[in-house]
Amino acid sequence: MKKIFKNGLLIQNPVLVQLLGLCSTMAITTTLFNGLGMGVSVTVILTCSNIVISLLRKIIPNKIRIACFVVVIAGFVTIVEMLLKAFLPALNDSLGVFIPLIVVNCIILGRAEAFASKNGVLRSAADGAAQGIGYTLVLAAMCVIRELLGSGTFGGGIIGDGVRIIPQQFPAMMMILPFGGFITLGCLIALVQWRTKK
Amino acid sequence: MSFTSIISLALGAILIENFILVKFLGICPFLGVSKSQETAVGMGLAVTFVMGVASLVCWIIEAALLVPLGLEFARTVVYILVISSLVQFIEMFLRKAMPGLYLSLGIYLPLITTNCAVLGVALLNQQNGYNLLESVIYGITGGLGFLVAIFIFSGIRERLELTADTPKAFEGFPIALVSAGLLSLAFMGFSGLKII
Repeated sequence: MKKIFKNGLLIQNPVLVQLLGLCSTMAITTTLFNGLGMGVSVTVILTCSNIVISLLRKIIPNKIRIACFVVVIAGFVTIVEMLLKAFLPALNDSLGVFIPLIVVNCIILGRAEAFASKNGVLRSAADGAAQGIGYTLVLAAMCVIRELLGSGTFGGGIIGDGVRIIPQQFPAMMMILPFGGFITLGCLIALVQWRTKK
Repeated sequence: MSFTSIISLALGAILIENFILVKFLGICPFLGVSKSQETAVGMGLAVTFVMGVASLVCWIIEAALLVPLGLEFARTVVYILVISSLVQFIEMFLRKAMPGLYLSLGIYLPLITTNCAVLGVALLNQQNGYNLLESVIYGITGGLGFLVAIFIFSGIRERLELTADTPKAFEGFPIALVSAGLLSLAFMGFSGLKII
């Protein structure tokens, strides 16, 4: 169990090592609020879909397994989407099309195929939670870096408009533009490669 | 719908709001199959084709099934099922009818199901309230934008592999991301473009 969590958070981190789910990682990480919201949504969906797929793993015929996985995942995504619309409309507005797009987030399908379809329920649930938390941590790191350099604030969306750290005239706007997403993620992965190669 | 508005929709999808570099849809295949220019073009063409067809089919399903039956909440499930069966169907059709094209696209077709650009374009069409013609044009030109970006990027990557002297930590994936970032910065230059 400990190994599963260590794998999810560090050794097999879904974003930094497995390089999965990059679209959302770069697209929505402009404020901490967005990042945490997305991370928590994905963690919930990943854990639930892992549990259900692991329960159904002996029933699902091998040939159409991908289609079955997709239906299970899409079901949970719809549930989360409706919950967000009802209780957190601000988050739903700022994430926009990326909420329904969790369906095609490769992390979830990847874990279903690589782990949940081969392991028991408890282990699959733990794996889903661990991978989800690993994803959330990366999102949070990206958000903090980009928000600090791009708008000069911390915790935007959670603490009002965020606590201003860098005075208004200095931040580099481009860090919250798409360019900043690519550069920040590139540097984070480079950091991981530098640590592991040493 | 006038001619200029079609042109501005197309230019918007290809350059100003490029699916990969500005909207961040379809990053996985963009980074995964851009190692050689030939495969990149194959993937780009396949994506363009599927995006066009998916826009058409999803629009019809939305208008003919989901809205009359009041099933809008199940949109995500229905769309992804439609897209994956569509990809499967196109694969079978191409294998029978155009074996040459099938061989050159073959391996990329199944990958397209999990390409967020395809589901993304169907959802965006619906969100923006496009009509049938606009949806199809948006789908095809969005795919062309994908093709342009992946073609340029694969050229850059081929040169990176051969000639660039990269720091050890940045080798492989990180340097690809950084160059994609620079490419996206270049595409930001189009954002002032406007057709009246």
